[in-house]
Amino acid sequence: MTETAKKSLLQNIIVCAGFINGFVIMTIELLGGRVLSPYFGTSVYVWGSIITIFMLSLSLGYLWGGRLSSRNPNPNTFALFFLLAAILSLPIIFVGEWTMTQVFLSIEDPRYGSLVAATLLYFLPIFFMGMVSPYSIRLLVSSEENSGRMAGLLYFVSTLGSALGTLMTSFYFVLWFEIDQIMWGAIAALLLCGAAVALIHRIPVKDTSGVHRYEN
Amino acid sequence: MRIEEMVRGWRQAAVMLLAMVGVNVNAAEVLHEERSVYRNIFVTEESGRRCLLFNAVRGERNQTCMNTANPREFVFHYAKMSMAGLLVNPNPQNILIAGLGGGTLPTALHEMFPNANIEVLEIDQAVVNVARDFFHYVENDKVSTHVVDARVFIKRAGLAGRKFDFIVLDAFTGEYIPEHMLTQEFLEEVKQILTPEGVVVANTFSTSALYDHESETYRAVFGDFFNMKMSGSGNRVIIAQQQPLPNAAVLRANAQPLYEPLQPYAVDILEFPARMSTRPDWDQSRRVLTDQFSPANLLGQ
Repeated sequence: MTETAKKSLLQNIIVCAGFINGFVIMTIELLGGRVLSPYFGTSVYVWGSIITIFMLSLSLGYLWGGRLSSRNPNPNTFALFFLLAAILSLPIIFVGEWTMTQVFLSIEDPRYGSLVAATLLYFLPIFFMGMVSPYSIRLLVSSEENSGRMAGLLYFVSTLGSALGTLMTSFYFVLWFEIDQIMWGAIAALLLCGAAVALIHRIPVKDTSGVHRYEN
Repeated sequence: MRIEEMVRGWRQAAVMLLAMVGVNVNAAEVLHEERSVYRNIFVTEESGRRCLLFNAVRGERNQTCMNTANPREFVFHYAKMSMAGLLVNPNPQNILIAGLGGGTLPTALHEMFPNANIEVLEIDQAVVNVARDFFHYVENDKVSTHVVDARVFIKRAGLAGRKFDFIVLDAFTGEYIPEHMLTQEFLEEVKQILTPEGVVVANTFSTSALYDHESETYRAVFGDFFNMKMSGSGNRVIIAQQQPLPNAAVLRANAQPLYEPLQPYAVDILEFPARMSTRPDWDQSRRVLTDQFSPANLLGQ
C-alpha cells in the first residue's frame, strides 16, 4: 500500500470512528435513564443529572483530548481512547446495580443520588469518548487552510451519529434488546473502532524513495 | 386508513397550534392553569363538571373529574373499579396510593375508614396544589402526601420493613407510561410491602400489546389475579393478592355490607363480583416486562 492510499484509508476510518463515537454516546445516555430509574425514578431531575454528567464529562474530555493532541499525535493513542472507553463501560453492566444500591442506601435525596450514581457510572467512559473529537481533528488536519473544513466534517459526522444513536435507541433498540445487550453492542462498536485504527496504522507502506531517485 | 391517521394527526397539530396562540378551542371554561416541571395542568369547568387535565386541548385526556353539585361522586369507571379492592380486603388500615389525580380516592377511603393511615405518592407538586385548591383534597393526621417517584418510595419502604394492606397503583397519565413501574422487579418490590391479606389494585390499560405483556408480568409476580373491566371504559383494573384469591361467594358476601357506604360515591359494588375474572384473556406467550426490557410506551402504540 502506498503512503497516500494508507493515509486516505486511515482518514476515512477516523471519520467513521467519529460517527460511531457520537452514536454510542447518545445510546449510552438514553439507556442511562432506564438504568437509573429503578433506583431514582424518572423525575425530571434524574434526566437533569444524566445530561449534566454527560455534558460535563464530554467537555472535560474535549479539553484534555485537545491538549494531548498537541504532543506527538498518533493513531495508536487515538485507538487507546476507544479501548479505554470500552473497558470503562464494563462496570455499567457488571457493578451498576451494586453501585446504585450503595448510593440509594447512603443518599436519601434522589436528586443527589442520581447525580452521584450518574457520575460513578458514566463520567470516565464518556470522558474518553469526549477526547476522541479534538484528537481526530488533529489527525485529519494536514494544513492550516483545511483545518476548519476538517473540524466541520468531524462535527457533522459525530453529531449525525448522535442523532441516529438517539433515534435508533429510543425507537427500536429498547424494543428489540435488553439494556445489557445494547450496552454490549456499544462496547463492541468502540472496540471495533479502536482496532480498525490501530491495525491500519500498522500496515507497512511501500518504500517509494527509489522512484523519487529515478525521477531526479 | 394511514391517510386518515395523518389527517387526524394534522388536525391535532392545528388545534394545538391554535391553543398555543391563545385561541380557546375548548368549550369548557379554564378555571386555572398550574405550571409544572412536567406538563402544565389545567382545571376546567363545564356544565357542573370540573376536570383536571394534563392537556387542555384533547378533551378525552381528562385526568380526573368532579361533579361540582356532588363532589363525592366518582365520575370515571376506573375510579369506581378501584373500590373493588375492598371486596378482597374489606377493612384496610394502611393504605398506599401511587398517583393522586384529583384526590377523590384517598378522600373517599378516608371518609369510609377514618382510622386508616393513608399515604399518597405523587411525582408532581403541581398536581398536589391543584387537588388541594380545586378538588377538596384534604390532608390531615391520617392522610399525607409525598411528592416522590412511587418506585423510589416503595423501594425505600421495603428496606424500612414497612407494610401496607391496600395498595393502589394509578400513576399513569394516559399519555406517557412510567416504564419503571410496569416491571417484574417493581412488582416484587410492591409485593414486599404488602401484608399477607393485603391487596394490590392497579389501574392499567385494556388495549394494545401492552395489555398482554402487563398481564403476564403481574401473573409472574402474583400468580392468578382478578381482571376487571367495565363497558365504556378503556381501562382495566388488576386486583392481586399474595395469598390465594377469594372465591365468588366470598366476593358477593363482602359486597353486601359495602353497598350502603359506597352509595355516596356512585359506586355500585354489587355488580362488581360478576365483572371480576381470573380467566386469562390475553396472549400468554408474551414476554414479561423487566427492568432490562420495558419498552412500554412503544408497546402501547
